[in-house]
Amino acid sequence: MHPSSARLLNILVPVKRAVDYAVKIRVNPQQTGIDLNVKHSMNPFDEIAVEEAVRIRERLSKGSEPVTITALTIGPAKSIETLRTALAMGADSAVHVEIPESAPAPEPLGVAKAIKAVIEKQKEKEGVDMVILGKQAIDDDLGQTGQMLASLLGWGQATFASKVELDLDAKNATVTREIDGGLEQVRVKFPMVITTDLRLNEPRYASLPNIMKAKKKPVTKLTPTDLGVSLEPQMEVIKVVEPPKRVGGSKVESVDELVEKLKTAGFTAV
Amino acid sequence: MLFKRFLSSVTRTDVQHFTKILSPPSVLSTLQNAPSAELDIYNNDWMGKYKGSSTTVLKPKTTQQVSEIVKWCNERRIGIVPQGGNTGLVGGSVPVNDEVVISLQNMNSVRSFDPVSGILVADAGCVLQALTDHIASHDHIMPLDLGAKGSCQIGGNVSTNAGGLRLLRYGSLHGSVLGIEAVLPDGTILDQLSTLRKDNTGYDLKQLFIGAEGTLGIVTAVSILTPPAPEASNNVILALPHFNNVLPLYMEVKRQLSEILSAFEYMDRTAYDLAVKHGQGRALADDEIEGAECFVLVETSGGKREHDEEKLETLLSTLLSASNPLITTGVMAQSPAQFSSMWALREGITEAVSKEGKAYKYDISIPLSKFKECVDATREQLRSKGLLGDGDGMVKAVIGYGHVGDGNLHLNVIATRYTQEIQDALEPFVYEFTASHRGSISAEHGIGLMKTHALQYSKSDVSITWMKKIKALFDPNGIMNPGKVLE
Repeated sequence: MHPSSARLLNILVPVKRAVDYAVKIRVNPQQTGIDLNVKHSMNPFDEIAVEEAVRIRERLSKGSEPVTITALTIGPAKSIETLRTALAMGADSAVHVEIPESAPAPEPLGVAKAIKAVIEKQKEKEGVDMVILGKQAIDDDLGQTGQMLASLLGWGQATFASKVELDLDAKNATVTREIDGGLEQVRVKFPMVITTDLRLNEPRYASLPNIMKAKKKPVTKLTPTDLGVSLEPQMEVIKVVEPPKRVGGSKVESVDELVEKLKTAGFTAV
Repeated sequence: MLFKRFLSSVTRTDVQHFTKILSPPSVLSTLQNAPSAELDIYNNDWMGKYKGSSTTVLKPKTTQQVSEIVKWCNERRIGIVPQGGNTGLVGGSVPVNDEVVISLQNMNSVRSFDPVSGILVADAGCVLQALTDHIASHDHIMPLDLGAKGSCQIGGNVSTNAGGLRLLRYGSLHGSVLGIEAVLPDGTILDQLSTLRKDNTGYDLKQLFIGAEGTLGIVTAVSILTPPAPEASNNVILALPHFNNVLPLYMEVKRQLSEILSAFEYMDRTAYDLAVKHGQGRALADDEIEGAECFVLVETSGGKREHDEEKLETLLSTLLSASNPLITTGVMAQSPAQFSSMWALREGITEAVSKEGKAYKYDISIPLSKFKECVDATREQLRSKGLLGDGDGMVKAVIGYGHVGDGNLHLNVIATRYTQEIQDALEPFVYEFTASHRGSISAEHGIGLMKTHALQYSKSDVSITWMKKIKALFDPNGIMNPGKVLE
């Protein structure tokens, strides 16, 4: 049986507000980035992370107290909407590390340091046993935050998870990972970092009663200064351009003509 | 069958003449070595319920070509079936016998779009989705949207006066169509392609073609008023414990959302379960919707997201905190992906039904309060005849869904196959039920071939007499879509 202590498992789920994947991306006229004045939603991989945390709680405690889920985001004021979605899906409380609207997008190392700082702050209260986050964000596709965070904390990590099974007594998790050409099972001790892959689960809709409840759940606001971290980018974006337009093909009349065209295009026989 | 006996079949000479009007690839004829399998998609409706035996399909590219074909057919007394996307539900777009099929699919150019007035002029064969995409870049949307949007054509939409999901907000095509170009049964081109919003100069002939189902002529182009695209849209699916709550809910939703309400769609539990079973959009959590008898999808569209969200949230919190709540629970889209997934549950019912079995589809207008009674009475009727249950030739399910906002119920009876016994149990039962509540036996699907005999349930003798007079005036030889609308 599970230990009956009030504190069973504390999960931290960092989430990112990103341009929705259904939106058609347009490069801004200055070619410094993309048009951000479009519909945003929670990074889909992070949505899977929130769902997994909620499912873990449902499996372990049938909704009673011992598993706590904290959602965390770093971003401008509007990122609160993303936290509300996480809260509506089932997170208990949230932390918002607010940066100015005009601030440049933080990079993985800065984000990982900020998450580590939040975890250390949490330690003063209850500590964090597990961080579940998306394997990458669909806006910058950098895919490094989870790994950097595990290193900074000195914790074990299970990346690209497609299945997570916990053994609370042994204080470890068996995670199935999606790797090239197949699946790999790893066992990792708590505390640990898990990054989610697409097949881990299918996130739920936020139900209306939970959306209403989410409005009353506590959100702690912090700044990078409070955490003693800098989110200044170390990388400079030089130019953003659209992929070249696809040029249409043409029909040839004969094999000879085709061979001729291939030759002029620089293809030679092997 | 007033005119039919006068009609002739297409001959080799006719086909030769058609190849003079059209380029050879635009003529498809079994009289000219085309395998009959190639004509199957033109001879059969998509549900596999109606089957014609046309030998010849013509695909003109210009109005002039349509005119020349029709003129020839009129002189030769050859029946014509105009065909758009062939997505109709009442057999109006497939031949009854061996009429020639005129497919408008090659007339698919947008003639003009004015981003200031929002007026779009397009060939009849333009696919609704293609038009939607075309004007999306100018931040406009089509005033109609339906499940078949990827295949149906605007000419067919106008000819059948298609309703669909946006009617509540933007009204019927009788209002948004500003003009049409049509080829009359003698080959004359009627150019009423007006782009005027106001034009009170005598009889409004174009209105006759809207919903005439190709019996008065062939619509070749359409001028249509399109609204600006809403800046923000959102949707919720609400679960209701009883059907009785639908109407009070509709009143409350209308009152609170007012101008941002853009759809109020109803589906009963069986319809919802079918959509989920056949993978149409992600389902709500099972435990949350336990005991829900029906669902409502509410969509909002407006100019400012924050404003719309505030209204929607106020509505939802009143609904949830009421002492005697109308809803048990619901979900609200958190992203465009969820928005589409929730619509897919409602729009996907049609597809789910066709995967489940063979469907008898009734599309009726009745008072909102009678929606459930109608579905229950039909189910009971089938049960009393011993036709409800598992097994071959039996009815598997009776479902109801539709556009509450428009008083339009889709009653679908799903059987393992089409049988005469089921047909006889349903008709005239459903029509009589509808007529007894002064409803319409065809709210948006039209009459086609399926309901000609039932027209009397919705139209008086006087109306039918005058409809016949109009038909005879336009088409004295009865060549246009014979056997459809009027018997």
